[in-house]
Amino acid sequence: MIEITNLTKTYGKNKAVDDITFTVNKGEILGFLGPNGAGKTTTMNILTGFISSTSGSVKVDGFDVLEKPEEVKKRIGYLPEHPPLYLDMTVKEYLDFCADLKSVPKKDWKNQKIDIMELVKITHVSHRLIKNLSKGYRQRVGLAQALVGTPDVLVLDEPTVGLDPKQIIEIRKLIRALGKNHTIILSSHILPEVSAICDRVVIINKGKIAAIDTPDNLARKLSDFSRFSITIAGPESRVKDALQEVYGIKYLETQGGNASKDEFSYLVEADKELDVRKPVFHKLAERGFPILELKSMGLSLEDIFLQLTTTETKED
Amino acid sequence: MLAIMKRDFRSYFNSPIAYVLIGLFVFIMSIMFMGTVQGGSADFTNGFASMNTLLLFILPILCMRAFTEDKKQGTEVLLLTSPNSLTSIVAGKFLAVYGVFLVMTAITFVYPLVLFVFGKPEGLIIISSYAGFLIYGAVAVAMCVFASSLTENQIVSAVIGFVMLFLLMVIDYLASLTGGVVAKVLTWLSLNERYQQFSQGIFDVTSIVFMLSFVAAFGYFTIRVLERKRWSQG
Repeated sequence: MIEITNLTKTYGKNKAVDDITFTVNKGEILGFLGPNGAGKTTTMNILTGFISSTSGSVKVDGFDVLEKPEEVKKRIGYLPEHPPLYLDMTVKEYLDFCADLKSVPKKDWKNQKIDIMELVKITHVSHRLIKNLSKGYRQRVGLAQALVGTPDVLVLDEPTVGLDPKQIIEIRKLIRALGKNHTIILSSHILPEVSAICDRVVIINKGKIAAIDTPDNLARKLSDFSRFSITIAGPESRVKDALQEVYGIKYLETQGGNASKDEFSYLVEADKELDVRKPVFHKLAERGFPILELKSMGLSLEDIFLQLTTTETKED
Repeated sequence: MLAIMKRDFRSYFNSPIAYVLIGLFVFIMSIMFMGTVQGGSADFTNGFASMNTLLLFILPILCMRAFTEDKKQGTEVLLLTSPNSLTSIVAGKFLAVYGVFLVMTAITFVYPLVLFVFGKPEGLIIISSYAGFLIYGAVAVAMCVFASSLTENQIVSAVIGFVMLFLLMVIDYLASLTGGVVAKVLTWLSLNERYQQFSQGIFDVTSIVFMLSFVAAFGYFTIRVLERKRWSQG
């Protein structure tokens, strides 16, 4: 449904988004997780056509956002971080305006409006001016706006920020329900929120993707394993055999290398309790395969997670 | 386009801004008109001249919200991510302000009406003067809407709009100060002589096209400003 390929956005020397690639399947709820300033909003702004990318492409339903912006925009409902509300309008007037703006046919709109207001529970405030609504209700009106015209894709930027705990639970429930009929990208800097709602998570840090996986897999990787990237000189299959003999290594994967020089890099996941670095060294030394590079990878991911999990406790 | 136009137009009348400005306009115009009538004249040429001068002060304030307000409230995102082209967004914004301008102009129909009841003004001149005023107003509105796309601050927007309209007004004087090519270009750009033709009852197609192309040009500049912001790398 959504294909993001090598997306980059630079501001001066600063890369807000740095070579991001991922896809979102139809009907999926994808969590976009990262600390503040990681590039989540920038990515979403590019995806929705609000700003342009420096390089790379974004396709929604096969349409490129730069080539066919209107086709893409038709398919996306966007709730930015600050809901784009006209404070001098009533909720009803505002939603009518949004329907007009998105050219929703008049005859469909009458029923759709009732359904949307029912869904996000704003029917009883529909005659009030938006400027007199609380933050929680404004957020819901913003969400209602994104739903106008029943777009296939919903892009929600930090939809639960600034809400009280009860409202947060309600909005999360609502997003799950919407996930049945929509493809959703949702950003957050709170890990438990994303794991509660999303089918898949993209973790982004400093503009780069740190990991993409299901919440369960991510949790497993983090809690039990430490991850290393090792570059070793030697024939691939024999090196692999040697590594597999090391006690504690649970997962091994070739990540690339240079066959002519017989140098390959491997991703190794090992038991966290055991420090496998020394046994790996001894084993490879014994077989005569020199280690060219050994890099711990799990740590950076863990750092991000740590940051994300602690933010939640601070805010609650 | 129509959605934005309707919303903005209504928003002007939901806030005091349209009433205050139109009130002020009509108040000053009425004082001027009393002068005309007391002098026993049925000539409304002076009336148009003062209407024109008043635009210099009123339009920058009327237009200053056009884009600045959306940038400040964050509703710019809503417009720019909706399935509408930049052209139709800018056109919608322009038409909303122009609509308020039309309401303001419509009220001034009262003055020639009074002249017709009590005297014998020249009908054709009044009609052509109004045509000129409406076209000149479109140019001024397009300039001020462009000014509002340049900044997030309403005051700054109003000042830029004022300066542009002022330059448009004194462009012939500037031309006389300079010389050579610059003077030629400035004179060519000047709308004053073309506007004068209308108040003499002359409908010149080239003048009309020339002035309307000003509207199109500033509409285009506004689109470019919005576009540039989207592509910004800074």
